[in-house]
Amino acid sequence: MIAVWKHELSGHFHSLTAYIFSAFLLAFVGLGAMLYNIQSAVANFEYVLSFVCLGFVVIIPILTMRVVAEERRQKTDQLLYSLPITTSQIIIGKYLALLIVYLAPLVIISFYPLIFSRFGEVYLLTSYGAMFAFFMMGAAFMAVGTFISSLTDNLGFAAGIAIPVILFNYYSVSLAEYVSSTAIGSAAALIVAAVILGFVIRHLTRNDRLAFGIGAVLSIVVAGLYVMDSAAFEGLLPDIMKKLSLFERFSKFVNGVFDLTGIIYYLTVIAFFLFLSVQSLEKRRYN
Amino acid sequence: MITVEHLTKCYGDFMAVNDLSFQIEEGHVYGFLGPNGAGKSTTMNIMTGCLSATDGTVRINGCDIFEEPRMAKKLMGYLPEQPPLYMNETPIEYLKFVGAAKGLKGKELAQQIEEVIDQTKIGSVRNKLILALSKGYKQRVGIAQALLGNPKVIILDEPTVGLDPIQIIEIRDLIRQLGKSHTVILSSHILSEVQAICEKVLIIAKGRLVAFDAPENLEKLRQSSNGIDFTVEALPEETEEILETLGISEGYELNEVETGLLKIHVKADTDDVRSVCRQLFFAFSEKQKAIVEMASKKANLEDVFIELTEGDDSLEEGEVEKE
Repeated sequence: MIAVWKHELSGHFHSLTAYIFSAFLLAFVGLGAMLYNIQSAVANFEYVLSFVCLGFVVIIPILTMRVVAEERRQKTDQLLYSLPITTSQIIIGKYLALLIVYLAPLVIISFYPLIFSRFGEVYLLTSYGAMFAFFMMGAAFMAVGTFISSLTDNLGFAAGIAIPVILFNYYSVSLAEYVSSTAIGSAAALIVAAVILGFVIRHLTRNDRLAFGIGAVLSIVVAGLYVMDSAAFEGLLPDIMKKLSLFERFSKFVNGVFDLTGIIYYLTVIAFFLFLSVQSLEKRRYN
Repeated sequence: MITVEHLTKCYGDFMAVNDLSFQIEEGHVYGFLGPNGAGKSTTMNIMTGCLSATDGTVRINGCDIFEEPRMAKKLMGYLPEQPPLYMNETPIEYLKFVGAAKGLKGKELAQQIEEVIDQTKIGSVRNKLILALSKGYKQRVGIAQALLGNPKVIILDEPTVGLDPIQIIEIRDLIRQLGKSHTVILSSHILSEVQAICEKVLIIAKGRLVAFDAPENLEKLRQSSNGIDFTVEALPEETEEILETLGISEGYELNEVETGLLKIHVKADTDDVRSVCRQLFFAFSEKQKAIVEMASKKANLEDVFIELTEGDDSLEEGEVEKE
């Protein structure tokens, strides 16, 4: 694992990705600090982080797109499979390297509130609480990006999927207000989601029966539940969209609440997507 | 050393490897021979743990590759068909990573890297980017990677594909060298190569093992295709008469090039083709018929290969349709 981690880290710094990522992040934070802290003379650094969030849409895919896809593109995945290391070690090693690359600019940014505090009163606790949550949220998106990268050998595709996924996640709360909140609408959306899941499983496993089975069973379960208790579906879709938003959790930290459930939520997302990435790598052994 | 039992791999309805079983002893160079798509790479990928099997087992020194992958993989070095190289690294950086992943550390790692660089003669390019190396050097870096950790078995998938003749000779020499201290398994669809380097040959076709023997023995298998081609100044009737006196009444072909000049092919179902040549020579000269051209033809590995792999074709017609 350490070998993979070191190798991956040197890979990030060999190629331009780590520098581009850091440059973008620092530029976004710099811009935010300029607008909020200096021009508007607001003492809350957490607002800056909240402003920078949207930048994730661009900078996370830059970093994560090559993580696994590149190995597949240049066929080095065969080397990894033949080495005496497990796929979990490969994924965790790669993920930890991503975190280090992410931490590097954050270390620089962590001085900003201290610098500002010399010129006025800054809420350091909230600032650093928000910064920690900012790190966790980025880490969660990186796990998602790693998984997306493990699905393909095409870097463009990996980035092209990650960008809309993060963008959708960013706007899902505002979109939630526009989607149908009726029971039938929610049920229909869930069935569509079950069918899409079926297609995704079919693409991943090339197993028609399994994909069809899961899609059909989930659809029937949703339909059954709807018939039994349609009231429970009232407003379910917008609710789910809000719950799935990683950004929504972050806004609590910006408002000065150190929300432990949010941290646990991020950790769960990380564990879930890393698990999926390992499965995705494992699956390549089977077809 | 390596025991493969009833190995089967299916891709959907397509059977890439079909009930393959064989055993590999320590300290030889083995050749995996088969036409393209015969299942060579698939078998090697399964043996090295890169691919799962639908059924069957692979044991390396008693370690099951599926149950104890870590132990089994430590015993093997693998060079896939396309060398798995990180293009924007130098050979040194690359070997450091592979060595560390194989569990080598500190001095031992540095020492082994020096050893494999020496063995594969890549010292002159050690600090160049792999991207800029020639194909031959890339292949060498790939082999160097497989040698790290001093594995007992080295598996090379088509190690000479795409190289120029000089590079091919160099790589073959290297493989011969490796064969002295390791068990080497290499795959190829080039017969002369296998004949030149390997002590034992496994021929597979359509995922099945069709022959497993030393190259010389395989040639003996095909004695039936030994034969003699000769040209004689005689008429067909006269020739048939002479051949009959030698007890050859069938199994030959006559071909009249022009009046009084015949091209003849006689089958010789024996290893001693020369004695048949001698008999023919004296029989024709006795009748004052001049043999103006004569060549004996011994079956080579190529013939064995073609017969075995094509023979398999007709044998499994039913299964092919299924695919």
